[in-house]
Amino acid sequence: MDKMLGTFNGVEFTVGGTLLELSYLVAALLFVFGLKLLSHPESARRGNFYAGAGMVLAMLTTILLHKNANGGGIQPANIWIILAAIGVGSAIGWIIARKVKMTAMPQLVSFYNATGGAASALVALLEFPNADMNNWGSVLVTLLGLVIGSIAFSGSMIAYGKLDGKVNDIRAGYLSYVNLILLAGTLGLTLFILLSGQTPAELNWAIYLLLVVSLLYGVLFVMPIGGADMPVVISLLNSFTGIAAAMAGFIYANQAMILGGILVGAAGSILTLLMCKAMNRSLLNVIVGAFGGGGAAAEGEQGTMKEITMSDASVLLAYSRNVVIIPGYGLAVAQAQHICHELDELLGSKGVNVRYAIHPVAGRMPGHMNVLLAEADVPYDQLVEMADINPDMPNTDVCIVIGANDVVNPAAINDPSSPIAGMPIIKAHESKNIIVMKRGRGKGYAGIENSLFFDDKTRLLFGDAKGTLQKLVTEIKDL
Amino acid sequence: MEEILIFFYTYKEAIFIIALSIFLGIEVISNVPAVLHTPLMSGANAISGVIIIGGIILVGHADASTINTELILGIFAVIFGTLNVVGGFVVTDRMLEMFKKKKK
Repeated sequence: MDKMLGTFNGVEFTVGGTLLELSYLVAALLFVFGLKLLSHPESARRGNFYAGAGMVLAMLTTILLHKNANGGGIQPANIWIILAAIGVGSAIGWIIARKVKMTAMPQLVSFYNATGGAASALVALLEFPNADMNNWGSVLVTLLGLVIGSIAFSGSMIAYGKLDGKVNDIRAGYLSYVNLILLAGTLGLTLFILLSGQTPAELNWAIYLLLVVSLLYGVLFVMPIGGADMPVVISLLNSFTGIAAAMAGFIYANQAMILGGILVGAAGSILTLLMCKAMNRSLLNVIVGAFGGGGAAAEGEQGTMKEITMSDASVLLAYSRNVVIIPGYGLAVAQAQHICHELDELLGSKGVNVRYAIHPVAGRMPGHMNVLLAEADVPYDQLVEMADINPDMPNTDVCIVIGANDVVNPAAINDPSSPIAGMPIIKAHESKNIIVMKRGRGKGYAGIENSLFFDDKTRLLFGDAKGTLQKLVTEIKDL
Repeated sequence: MEEILIFFYTYKEAIFIIALSIFLGIEVISNVPAVLHTPLMSGANAISGVIIIGGIILVGHADASTINTELILGIFAVIFGTLNVVGGFVVTDRMLEMFKKKKK
Protein backbone atom coordinates (compact mmCIF):
# COMPACT_ATOMS: atom_id res chain seq x y z
CA MET A 1 0.00 0.00 0.00
CA ASP A 2 2.43 2.57 1.28
CA LYS A 3 5.10 3.13 -1.32
CA MET A 4 8.74 2.94 -0.21
CA LEU A 5 10.72 6.02 -1.16
CA GLY A 6 14.23 5.08 -0.10
CA THR A 7 16.50 4.87 2.91
CA PHE A 8 18.00 7.70 4.92
CA ASN A 9 20.74 7.03 7.49
CA GLY A 10 19.90 3.36 7.23
CA VAL A 11 16.18 3.86 7.92
CA GLU A 12 13.62 3.13 5.23
CA PHE A 13 10.96 5.72 4.66
CA THR A 14 7.68 5.70 2.78
CA VAL A 15 5.29 8.13 1.11
CA GLY A 16 2.90 7.99 4.08
CA GLY A 17 5.62 8.54 6.67
CA THR A 18 6.97 11.48 4.73
CA LEU A 19 3.56 13.05 4.30
CA LEU A 20 3.01 12.67 8.06
CA GLU A 21 6.24 14.52 8.86
CA LEU A 22 5.34 17.16 6.29
CA SER A 23 1.93 17.67 7.91
CA TYR A 24 3.67 18.11 11.29
CA LEU A 25 5.84 20.80 9.76
CA VAL A 26 2.77 22.61 8.42
CA ALA A 27 1.05 22.24 11.81
CA ALA A 28 4.08 23.64 13.64
CA LEU A 29 4.23 26.61 11.28
CA LEU A 30 0.51 27.22 11.79
CA PHE A 31 1.08 27.25 15.57
CA VAL A 32 3.82 29.85 15.30
CA PHE A 33 1.93 31.95 12.78
CA GLY A 34 -1.28 31.70 14.81
CA LEU A 35 0.45 32.78 17.99
CA LYS A 36 2.03 35.69 16.13
CA LEU A 37 -1.36 36.86 14.82
CA LEU A 38 -2.82 36.46 18.31
CA SER A 39 -0.69 39.37 19.44
CA HIS A 40 -2.71 42.02 17.58
CA PRO A 41 -6.38 42.76 18.28
CA GLU A 42 -7.14 43.04 14.55
CA SER A 43 -5.71 39.67 13.57
CA ALA A 44 -6.12 37.70 16.80
CA ARG A 45 -9.23 35.83 15.74
CA ARG A 46 -7.60 34.65 12.53
CA GLY A 47 -4.53 33.59 14.51
CA ASN A 48 -6.62 31.44 16.80
CA PHE A 49 -8.24 29.86 13.76
CA TYR A 50 -4.88 29.05 12.15
CA ALA A 51 -3.55 27.43 15.31
CA GLY A 52 -6.74 25.39 15.57
CA ALA A 53 -6.45 24.34 11.92
CA GLY A 54 -2.87 23.21 12.55
CA MET A 55 -4.09 21.07 15.43
CA VAL A 56 -6.87 19.43 13.39
CA LEU A 57 -4.41 18.70 10.58
CA ALA A 58 -1.90 17.06 12.94
CA MET A 59 -4.65 14.98 14.56
CA LEU A 60 -6.04 13.75 11.21
CA THR A 61 -2.71 12.84 9.65
CA THR A 62 -1.62 11.04 12.83
CA ILE A 63 -4.77 8.90 12.73
CA LEU A 64 -4.41 8.13 9.02
CA LEU A 65 -0.66 7.82 8.55
CA HIS A 66 1.03 6.96 11.84
CA LYS A 67 2.94 3.66 11.93
CA ASN A 68 4.49 1.88 14.88
CA ALA A 69 8.08 0.63 14.95
CA ASN A 70 7.10 -2.53 13.03
CA GLY A 71 5.48 -0.50 10.27
CA GLY A 72 1.94 -1.33 11.34
CA GLY A 73 -0.68 1.37 10.78
CA ILE A 74 -3.61 2.16 13.05
CA GLN A 75 -6.33 -0.50 12.74
CA PRO A 76 -9.92 0.50 11.80
CA ALA A 77 -11.21 -0.69 15.21
CA ASN A 78 -8.75 1.60 16.96
CA ILE A 79 -9.63 4.48 14.64
CA TRP A 80 -13.26 4.20 15.71
CA ILE A 81 -12.25 4.21 19.37
CA ILE A 82 -10.10 7.32 18.82
CA LEU A 83 -12.87 9.11 16.92
CA ALA A 84 -15.35 8.28 19.68
CA ALA A 85 -12.98 9.64 22.34
CA ILE A 86 -12.40 12.79 20.28
CA GLY A 87 -16.16 13.14 19.87
CA VAL A 88 -16.76 12.93 23.61
CA GLY A 89 -13.96 15.40 24.40
CA SER A 90 -15.09 17.85 21.70
CA ALA A 91 -18.72 17.81 22.81
CA ILE A 92 -17.89 18.47 26.46
CA GLY A 93 -15.23 21.07 25.63
CA TRP A 94 -17.48 22.89 23.18
CA ILE A 95 -20.49 23.02 25.47
CA ILE A 96 -18.53 24.30 28.46
CA ALA A 97 -16.70 26.86 26.31
CA ARG A 98 -19.98 28.24 24.90
CA LYS A 99 -21.77 28.40 28.23
CA VAL A 100 -19.14 29.81 30.57
CA LYS A 101 -19.57 33.33 31.94
CA MET A 102 -16.75 35.75 31.23
CA THR A 103 -16.20 36.32 34.95
CA ALA A 104 -15.53 32.57 35.24
CA MET A 105 -12.83 32.64 32.55
CA PRO A 106 -9.91 32.08 34.98
CA GLN A 107 -11.59 28.93 36.32
CA LEU A 108 -12.21 27.66 32.81
CA VAL A 109 -8.64 28.23 31.63
CA SER A 110 -7.42 26.44 34.77
CA PHE A 111 -9.74 23.54 34.08
CA TYR A 112 -8.62 23.13 30.46
CA ASN A 113 -5.06 23.45 31.62
CA ALA A 114 -5.68 20.63 34.07
CA THR A 115 -6.98 18.37 31.28
CA GLY A 116 -3.87 19.07 29.19
CA GLY A 117 -1.63 18.24 32.16
CA ALA A 118 -3.58 15.04 32.83
CA ALA A 119 -3.22 13.94 29.20
CA SER A 120 0.57 14.52 29.35
CA ALA A 121 0.89 12.60 32.61
CA LEU A 122 -1.14 9.68 31.20
CA VAL A 123 0.90 9.52 28.00
CA ALA A 124 4.15 9.50 29.98
CA LEU A 125 2.80 6.86 32.37
CA LEU A 126 1.79 4.58 29.49
CA GLU A 127 5.02 5.09 27.56
CA PHE A 128 7.24 4.30 30.55
CA PRO A 129 7.06 0.47 30.07
CA ASN A 130 8.44 0.97 26.54
CA ALA A 131 11.35 3.12 27.70
CA ASP A 132 14.86 1.93 26.93
CA MET A 133 16.43 1.90 30.40
CA ASN A 134 19.93 2.06 28.92
CA ASN A 135 19.11 5.38 27.30
CA TRP A 136 18.78 7.60 30.36
CA GLY A 137 17.82 10.60 28.24
CA SER A 138 14.63 8.95 27.04
CA VAL A 139 13.81 7.80 30.58
CA LEU A 140 14.42 11.29 31.93
CA VAL A 141 12.04 13.01 29.48
CA THR A 142 9.36 10.40 30.24
CA LEU A 143 9.71 11.00 33.98
CA LEU A 144 9.73 14.79 33.52
CA GLY A 145 6.58 14.55 31.41
CA LEU A 146 4.94 12.53 34.17
CA VAL A 147 6.03 14.81 37.02
CA ILE A 148 5.35 18.16 35.32
CA GLY A 149 2.07 16.94 33.79
CA SER A 150 0.84 15.66 37.16
CA ILE A 151 1.75 18.89 38.97
CA ALA A 152 0.04 20.91 36.22
CA PHE A 153 -3.06 18.72 36.53
CA SER A 154 -3.54 18.68 40.29
CA GLY A 155 -2.32 22.26 40.72
CA SER A 156 -4.74 23.54 38.07
CA MET A 157 -7.63 21.62 39.61
CA ILE A 158 -6.92 23.28 42.97
CA ALA A 159 -6.60 26.67 41.25
CA TYR A 160 -9.93 25.97 39.55
CA GLY A 161 -11.53 25.07 42.89
CA LYS A 162 -10.18 28.17 44.59
CA LEU A 163 -11.25 30.53 41.81
CA ASP A 164 -14.68 28.95 41.86
CA GLY A 165 -14.89 29.35 45.62
CA LYS A 166 -15.01 25.60 46.24
CA VAL A 167 -11.60 25.31 47.89
CA ASN A 168 -10.36 27.59 50.65
CA ASP A 169 -6.81 28.78 51.23
CA ILE A 170 -4.79 26.76 53.70
CA ARG A 171 -1.97 28.82 55.09
CA ALA A 172 -0.39 26.64 57.74
CA GLY A 173 3.29 27.39 58.31
CA TYR A 174 4.23 23.71 58.21
CA LEU A 175 2.98 23.49 54.62
CA SER A 176 6.21 24.88 53.21
CA TYR A 177 8.15 22.10 54.97
CA VAL A 178 5.76 19.46 53.66
CA ASN A 179 6.21 20.92 50.19
CA LEU A 180 9.98 20.79 50.47
CA ILE A 181 9.78 17.12 51.52
CA LEU A 182 7.48 16.32 48.59
CA LEU A 183 9.76 18.13 46.18
CA ALA A 184 12.77 16.24 47.54
CA GLY A 185 10.77 13.00 47.25
CA THR A 186 9.98 13.74 43.61
CA LEU A 187 13.62 14.42 42.79
CA GLY A 188 14.83 11.41 44.79
CA LEU A 189 12.42 9.02 43.09
CA THR A 190 13.30 10.39 39.66
CA LEU A 191 17.00 9.84 40.33
CA PHE A 192 16.34 6.39 41.77
CA ILE A 193 14.42 5.28 38.67
CA LEU A 194 17.14 6.69 36.42
CA LEU A 195 20.03 5.04 38.25
CA SER A 196 18.53 1.80 39.59
CA GLY A 197 19.40 -0.24 36.51
CA GLN A 198 16.16 -2.20 36.85
CA THR A 199 13.62 -2.94 34.09
CA PRO A 200 10.46 -0.83 33.75
CA ALA A 201 8.38 -3.77 35.00
CA GLU A 202 10.44 -3.97 38.19
CA LEU A 203 10.07 -0.22 38.65
CA ASN A 204 6.29 -0.26 38.30
CA TRP A 205 5.77 0.60 41.99
CA ALA A 206 8.23 3.50 41.78
CA ILE A 207 6.54 5.12 38.77
CA TYR A 208 3.12 5.00 40.44
CA LEU A 209 4.59 6.35 43.67
CA LEU A 210 6.18 9.16 41.64
CA LEU A 211 2.77 9.89 40.13
CA VAL A 212 1.14 10.11 43.57
CA VAL A 213 3.89 12.28 45.08
CA SER A 214 3.77 14.67 42.09
CA LEU A 215 -0.01 14.95 42.25
CA LEU A 216 0.18 15.68 45.98
CA TYR A 217 2.87 18.28 45.43
CA GLY A 218 0.69 20.03 42.85
CA VAL A 219 -2.18 20.21 45.35
CA LEU A 220 -0.11 21.53 48.23
CA PHE A 221 1.90 23.94 46.13
CA VAL A 222 -1.20 25.87 45.02
CA MET A 223 -3.08 25.49 48.32
CA PRO A 224 -1.51 28.40 50.26
CA ILE A 225 -1.50 30.88 47.34
CA GLY A 226 -4.01 33.69 47.78
CA GLY A 227 -6.61 35.04 45.38
CA ALA A 228 -4.69 38.12 44.26
CA ASP A 229 -1.70 35.99 43.28
CA MET A 230 -3.82 33.84 40.98
CA PRO A 231 -2.68 35.59 37.76
CA VAL A 232 0.86 34.41 38.53
CA VAL A 233 -0.15 30.85 39.37
CA ILE A 234 -2.38 30.40 36.31
CA SER A 235 0.39 31.62 34.00
CA LEU A 236 2.92 29.35 35.69
CA LEU A 237 0.72 26.25 35.46
CA ASN A 238 0.01 27.10 31.82
CA SER A 239 3.71 27.02 31.06
CA PHE A 240 4.05 23.71 32.95
CA THR A 241 1.47 22.06 30.68
CA GLY A 242 3.36 23.27 27.64
CA ILE A 243 6.65 21.87 28.93
CA ALA A 244 4.99 18.55 29.80
CA ALA A 245 3.63 18.29 26.24
CA ALA A 246 7.10 19.06 24.86
CA MET A 247 8.58 16.25 27.00
CA ALA A 248 6.06 13.84 25.51
CA GLY A 249 7.13 15.16 22.10
CA PHE A 250 10.65 14.01 22.97
CA ILE A 251 9.36 10.48 23.61
CA TYR A 252 7.89 10.29 20.10
CA ALA A 253 10.61 12.44 18.52
CA ASN A 254 7.69 14.52 17.29
CA GLN A 255 8.82 18.01 16.32
CA ALA A 256 5.30 19.50 16.21
CA MET A 257 4.72 18.45 19.82
CA ILE A 258 8.11 19.74 20.94
CA LEU A 259 7.68 23.07 19.19
CA GLY A 260 4.06 23.57 20.26
CA GLY A 261 4.83 22.64 23.85
CA ILE A 262 7.90 24.83 24.15
CA LEU A 263 6.10 27.81 22.56
CA VAL A 264 3.41 27.55 25.23
CA GLY A 265 6.03 27.04 27.92
CA ALA A 266 7.85 30.20 26.85
CA ALA A 267 4.62 32.20 26.57
CA GLY A 268 3.47 31.09 30.02
CA SER A 269 6.86 31.89 31.56
CA ILE A 270 6.84 35.40 30.10
CA LEU A 271 3.34 36.12 31.40
CA THR A 272 4.36 34.74 34.80
CA LEU A 273 7.28 37.15 34.98
CA LEU A 274 5.12 40.06 33.74
CA MET A 275 2.55 39.38 36.46
CA CYS A 276 5.25 39.15 39.14
CA LYS A 277 6.68 42.45 37.94
CA ALA A 278 3.23 44.07 38.06
CA MET A 279 3.05 43.14 41.73
CA ASN A 280 6.72 43.86 42.40
CA ARG A 281 7.24 40.40 43.83
CA SER A 282 9.57 37.57 42.97
CA LEU A 283 8.17 34.26 41.79
CA LEU A 284 9.70 32.56 44.82
CA ASN A 285 7.95 35.04 47.09
CA VAL A 286 4.59 34.23 45.49
CA ILE A 287 5.08 30.48 45.82
CA VAL A 288 6.64 30.37 49.26
CA GLY A 289 5.45 33.42 51.15
CA ALA A 290 1.89 34.15 52.12
CA PHE A 291 1.19 37.85 51.69
CA GLY A 292 0.07 40.34 54.29
CA GLY A 293 -0.44 39.80 57.98
CA GLY A 294 3.04 40.45 59.32
CA GLY A 295 3.78 43.49 57.14
CA ALA A 296 4.82 46.71 58.82
CA ALA A 297 1.75 48.52 57.55
CA ALA A 298 1.46 52.14 58.64
CA GLU A 299 -1.37 52.06 61.14
CA GLY A 300 -3.02 54.88 62.98
CA GLU A 301 -5.49 57.58 62.14
CA GLN A 302 -5.25 58.76 58.54
CA GLY A 303 -8.05 61.27 58.70
CA THR A 304 -11.67 60.71 57.76
CA MET A 305 -13.30 59.34 54.65
CA LYS A 306 -15.57 61.95 53.06
CA GLU A 307 -18.72 60.80 51.33
CA ILE A 308 -20.36 62.46 48.32
CA THR A 309 -24.03 62.56 47.40
CA MET A 310 -25.29 61.08 44.13
CA SER A 311 -26.36 64.46 42.77
CA ASP A 312 -22.99 66.07 43.53
CA ALA A 313 -21.20 63.14 41.93
CA SER A 314 -23.37 63.32 38.81
CA VAL A 315 -22.81 67.06 38.37
CA LEU A 316 -19.07 66.67 38.90
CA LEU A 317 -18.88 63.95 36.24
CA ALA A 318 -21.22 65.51 33.67
CA TYR A 319 -19.28 68.76 33.59
CA SER A 320 -15.81 67.26 33.43
CA ARG A 321 -13.66 67.10 30.34
CA ASN A 322 -11.50 64.08 31.12
CA VAL A 323 -12.68 61.11 33.16
CA VAL A 324 -10.69 57.96 33.88
CA ILE A 325 -12.37 54.84 35.23
CA ILE A 326 -10.17 52.46 37.22
CA PRO A 327 -11.92 49.09 37.51
CA GLY A 328 -10.87 46.43 40.00
CA TYR A 329 -12.06 42.96 40.78
CA GLY A 330 -14.92 44.43 42.82
CA LEU A 331 -16.49 45.53 39.52
CA ALA A 332 -16.38 41.97 38.20
CA VAL A 333 -17.74 40.48 41.43
CA ALA A 334 -20.69 42.88 41.32
CA GLN A 335 -21.23 42.02 37.58
CA ALA A 336 -21.25 45.77 37.03
CA GLN A 337 -19.31 45.94 33.75
CA HIS A 338 -22.45 46.51 31.62
CA ILE A 339 -23.84 49.35 33.70
CA CYS A 340 -20.32 50.80 33.84
CA HIS A 341 -20.27 50.92 30.05
CA GLU A 342 -23.67 52.62 30.14
CA LEU A 343 -22.13 55.30 32.35
CA ASP A 344 -19.20 55.85 29.99
CA GLU A 345 -21.48 56.08 26.94
CA LEU A 346 -23.77 58.51 28.74
CA LEU A 347 -20.81 60.71 29.71
CA GLY A 348 -19.42 60.34 26.20
CA SER A 349 -22.70 61.68 24.75
CA LYS A 350 -22.24 64.74 26.94
CA GLY A 351 -18.82 65.36 25.42
CA VAL A 352 -16.76 63.90 28.24
CA ASN A 353 -13.65 61.98 27.21
CA VAL A 354 -13.91 58.70 29.14
CA ARG A 355 -11.11 56.14 29.30
CA TYR A 356 -10.42 53.04 31.36
CA ALA A 357 -7.10 52.54 33.13
CA ILE A 358 -6.33 48.85 33.41
CA HIS A 359 -3.76 47.59 35.88
CA PRO A 360 -1.94 44.43 34.64
CA VAL A 361 -3.20 42.35 37.57
CA ALA A 362 -6.77 43.69 37.65
CA GLY A 363 -8.98 40.59 37.80
CA ARG A 364 -8.02 37.01 38.47
CA MET A 365 -5.87 36.22 35.44
CA PRO A 366 -3.67 38.26 33.11
CA GLY A 367 -5.84 40.58 31.02
CA HIS A 368 -9.06 39.42 32.67
CA MET A 369 -10.46 42.93 33.15
CA ASN A 370 -10.08 43.67 29.43
CA VAL A 371 -12.18 40.63 28.58
CA LEU A 372 -14.89 41.63 31.04
CA LEU A 373 -15.11 45.13 29.61
CA ALA A 374 -14.99 43.84 26.04
CA GLU A 375 -17.94 41.62 26.92
CA ALA A 376 -19.83 44.76 27.91
CA ASP A 377 -19.00 46.20 24.45
CA VAL A 378 -16.42 48.71 25.64
CA PRO A 379 -14.22 49.27 22.54
CA TYR A 380 -10.68 48.12 23.22
CA ASP A 381 -9.11 51.42 22.18
CA GLN A 382 -10.79 52.96 25.21
CA LEU A 383 -8.87 50.56 27.47
CA VAL A 384 -5.52 52.12 28.34
CA GLU A 385 -2.59 50.37 29.98
CA MET A 386 -1.14 51.68 33.22
CA ALA A 387 2.11 53.00 31.75
CA ASP A 388 0.25 54.95 29.05
CA ILE A 389 -2.37 56.56 31.29
CA ASN A 390 -0.17 57.57 34.22
CA PRO A 391 1.42 60.62 32.50
CA ASP A 392 -2.15 61.87 31.79
CA MET A 393 -3.38 61.59 35.36
CA PRO A 394 -2.62 65.24 36.39
CA ASN A 395 -4.86 66.41 33.48
CA THR A 396 -7.68 64.14 34.54
CA ASP A 397 -10.66 65.94 36.05
CA VAL A 398 -12.25 62.96 37.75
CA CYS A 399 -10.93 59.50 38.44
CA ILE A 400 -13.55 56.87 39.31
CA VAL A 401 -12.13 53.96 41.27
CA ILE A 402 -14.55 51.02 41.17
CA GLY A 403 -13.79 48.07 43.43
CA ALA A 404 -10.03 48.56 43.21
CA ASN A 405 -7.77 49.21 46.16
CA ASP A 406 -4.12 48.12 46.28
CA VAL A 407 -3.49 49.02 42.63
CA VAL A 408 -4.19 52.71 43.41
CA ASN A 409 -2.55 52.83 46.85
CA PRO A 410 0.01 55.68 46.87
CA ALA A 411 1.84 53.89 49.71
CA ALA A 412 3.49 51.82 46.98
CA ILE A 413 5.34 55.00 45.96
CA ASN A 414 5.52 57.03 49.20
CA ASP A 415 6.06 54.51 51.94
CA PRO A 416 9.18 52.34 51.63
CA SER A 417 8.09 50.29 54.66
CA SER A 418 4.78 49.31 53.08
CA PRO A 419 4.37 45.64 52.08
CA ILE A 420 3.46 46.80 48.58
CA ALA A 421 6.33 49.31 48.30
CA GLY A 422 7.63 49.45 44.75
CA MET A 423 4.55 47.87 43.18
CA PRO A 424 3.61 49.83 40.04
CA ILE A 425 0.27 51.59 40.59
CA ILE A 426 -2.17 53.70 38.62
CA LYS A 427 -1.56 57.22 39.93
CA ALA A 428 -5.17 58.10 40.74
CA HIS A 429 -3.96 60.43 43.51
CA GLU A 430 -2.50 62.81 40.89
CA SER A 431 -5.86 63.54 39.30
CA LYS A 432 -7.92 66.59 40.25
CA ASN A 433 -10.83 64.72 41.83
CA ILE A 434 -11.27 61.13 42.86
CA ILE A 435 -14.53 59.25 43.37
CA VAL A 436 -14.13 55.90 45.05
CA MET A 437 -16.89 53.29 44.90
CA LYS A 438 -16.45 50.85 47.72
CA ARG A 439 -18.59 48.23 49.39
CA GLY A 440 -17.45 49.10 52.91
CA ARG A 441 -14.67 50.70 54.86
CA GLY A 442 -12.49 47.56 54.79
CA LYS A 443 -8.92 47.18 53.63
CA GLY A 444 -7.74 45.62 50.38
CA TYR A 445 -6.29 42.19 49.77
CA ALA A 446 -2.90 43.16 51.17
CA GLY A 447 -4.56 44.34 54.38
CA ILE A 448 -3.08 47.83 54.16
CA GLU A 449 -4.79 51.16 54.75
CA ASN A 450 -5.09 53.17 51.57
CA SER A 451 -4.25 56.84 52.07
CA LEU A 452 -5.99 57.64 48.76
CA PHE A 453 -9.35 57.09 50.46
CA PHE A 454 -8.50 59.77 53.03
CA ASP A 455 -7.14 62.26 50.50
CA ASP A 456 -8.69 65.75 50.48
CA LYS A 457 -9.55 65.33 46.77
CA THR A 458 -11.27 62.00 47.37
CA ARG A 459 -15.00 61.47 47.88
CA LEU A 460 -16.58 58.10 48.53
CA LEU A 461 -19.74 56.38 47.37
CA PHE A 462 -20.45 53.37 49.56
CA GLY A 463 -22.44 50.41 48.36
CA ASP A 464 -22.48 47.59 45.84
CA ALA A 465 -20.81 48.74 42.60
CA LYS A 466 -23.76 47.75 40.42
CA GLY A 467 -26.36 49.55 42.53
CA THR A 468 -24.20 52.63 42.91
CA LEU A 469 -23.51 52.88 39.19
CA GLN A 470 -27.20 52.37 38.42
CA LYS A 471 -28.19 55.27 40.66
CA LEU A 472 -25.43 57.44 39.22
CA VAL A 473 -26.58 56.77 35.64
CA THR A 474 -30.20 57.65 36.54
CA GLU A 475 -29.04 60.82 38.28
CA ILE A 476 -26.96 61.97 35.29
CA LYS A 477 -29.84 61.25 32.88
CA ASP A 478 -32.08 63.50 34.99
CA LEU A 479 -29.67 66.43 34.92
CA MET B 1 30.48 13.39 31.13
CA GLU B 2 30.51 11.05 28.15
CA GLU B 3 26.89 10.21 28.81
CA ILE B 4 25.91 13.87 28.52
CA LEU B 5 27.70 14.09 25.18
CA ILE B 6 25.92 10.95 24.02
CA PHE B 7 22.61 12.43 25.16
CA PHE B 8 23.29 15.63 23.26
CA TYR B 9 24.29 13.79 20.10
CA THR B 10 21.28 11.47 20.18
CA TYR B 11 18.85 14.33 20.66
CA LYS B 12 20.70 17.10 18.87
CA GLU B 13 17.82 17.92 16.51
CA ALA B 14 15.26 18.09 19.32
CA ILE B 15 17.60 20.20 21.43
CA PHE B 16 18.05 22.63 18.55
CA ILE B 17 14.29 22.85 18.15
CA ILE B 18 13.85 23.52 21.87
CA ALA B 19 16.51 26.21 21.96
CA LEU B 20 15.07 27.99 18.93
CA SER B 21 11.44 27.57 20.08
CA ILE B 22 12.23 29.27 23.38
CA PHE B 23 13.55 32.31 21.53
CA LEU B 24 10.68 32.20 19.07
CA GLY B 25 8.13 31.99 21.92
CA ILE B 26 9.69 34.92 23.73
CA GLU B 27 9.90 37.01 20.55
CA VAL B 28 6.33 36.31 19.50
CA ILE B 29 4.78 36.89 22.92
CA SER B 30 6.79 39.70 24.45
CA ASN B 31 5.02 42.52 22.61
CA VAL B 32 1.46 41.34 23.09
CA PRO B 33 -0.66 44.18 24.51
CA ALA B 34 -2.15 43.55 27.94
CA VAL B 35 -5.61 43.78 26.39
CA LEU B 36 -4.98 40.37 24.77
CA HIS B 37 -3.34 38.54 27.67
CA THR B 38 -6.35 36.38 28.52
CA PRO B 39 -7.15 35.21 24.94
CA LEU B 40 -3.43 34.69 24.36
CA MET B 41 -3.22 32.49 27.40
CA SER B 42 -6.26 30.41 26.54
CA GLY B 43 -5.14 30.14 22.91
CA ALA B 44 -1.66 29.03 23.98
CA ASN B 45 -3.32 26.65 26.41
CA ALA B 46 -5.18 25.08 23.50
CA ILE B 47 -1.90 24.64 21.61
CA SER B 48 -0.46 22.70 24.57
CA GLY B 49 -3.26 20.25 23.81
CA VAL B 50 -0.90 19.04 21.06
CA ILE B 51 -0.27 16.21 23.55
CA ILE B 52 -3.40 14.71 21.93
CA ILE B 53 -1.05 13.34 19.23
CA GLY B 54 0.60 11.20 21.91
CA GLY B 55 -2.81 9.98 23.04
CA ILE B 56 -3.83 9.10 19.48
CA ILE B 57 -0.58 7.16 18.92
CA LEU B 58 -1.10 5.26 22.19
CA VAL B 59 -4.70 4.27 21.53
CA GLY B 60 -3.95 3.67 17.86
CA HIS B 61 -1.44 0.95 18.58
CA ALA B 62 -3.05 -0.44 21.73
CA ASP B 63 -4.63 -3.90 21.78
CA ALA B 64 -8.29 -3.15 21.13
CA SER B 65 -9.49 -6.76 21.22
CA THR B 66 -9.70 -6.81 25.03
CA ILE B 67 -10.32 -4.20 27.67
CA ASN B 68 -6.94 -3.36 29.19
CA THR B 69 -5.38 -0.60 31.29
CA GLU B 70 -3.36 0.82 28.43
CA LEU B 71 -6.42 1.16 26.22
CA ILE B 72 -8.61 2.71 28.94
CA LEU B 73 -6.01 5.21 30.15
CA GLY B 74 -5.12 6.02 26.54
CA ILE B 75 -8.76 6.78 25.79
CA PHE B 76 -8.81 9.13 28.77
CA ALA B 77 -5.67 10.82 27.46
CA VAL B 78 -7.42 11.42 24.11
CA ILE B 79 -10.59 12.72 25.79
CA PHE B 80 -8.62 15.07 28.07
CA GLY B 81 -6.45 16.23 25.19
CA THR B 82 -9.49 16.98 23.01
CA LEU B 83 -11.17 18.86 25.85
CA ASN B 84 -8.06 21.01 26.10
CA VAL B 85 -7.86 21.60 22.33
CA VAL B 86 -11.52 22.13 21.43
CA GLY B 87 -12.49 23.96 24.62
CA GLY B 88 -9.43 26.19 24.41
CA PHE B 89 -9.88 27.24 20.80
CA VAL B 90 -13.65 27.72 21.08
CA VAL B 91 -13.48 29.88 24.20
CA THR B 92 -10.63 31.95 22.73
CA ASP B 93 -12.70 32.57 19.62
CA ARG B 94 -15.64 33.59 21.79
CA MET B 95 -13.52 36.12 23.65
CA LEU B 96 -11.90 37.55 20.52
CA GLU B 97 -15.28 37.97 18.92
CA MET B 98 -16.03 40.54 21.63
CA PHE B 99 -12.98 42.68 20.93
CA LYS B 100 -14.35 45.16 18.46
CA LYS B 101 -13.21 48.56 17.37
CA LYS B 102 -15.28 51.55 18.29
CA LYS B 103 -18.15 51.79 15.86
CA LYS B 104 -18.23 55.26 14.39
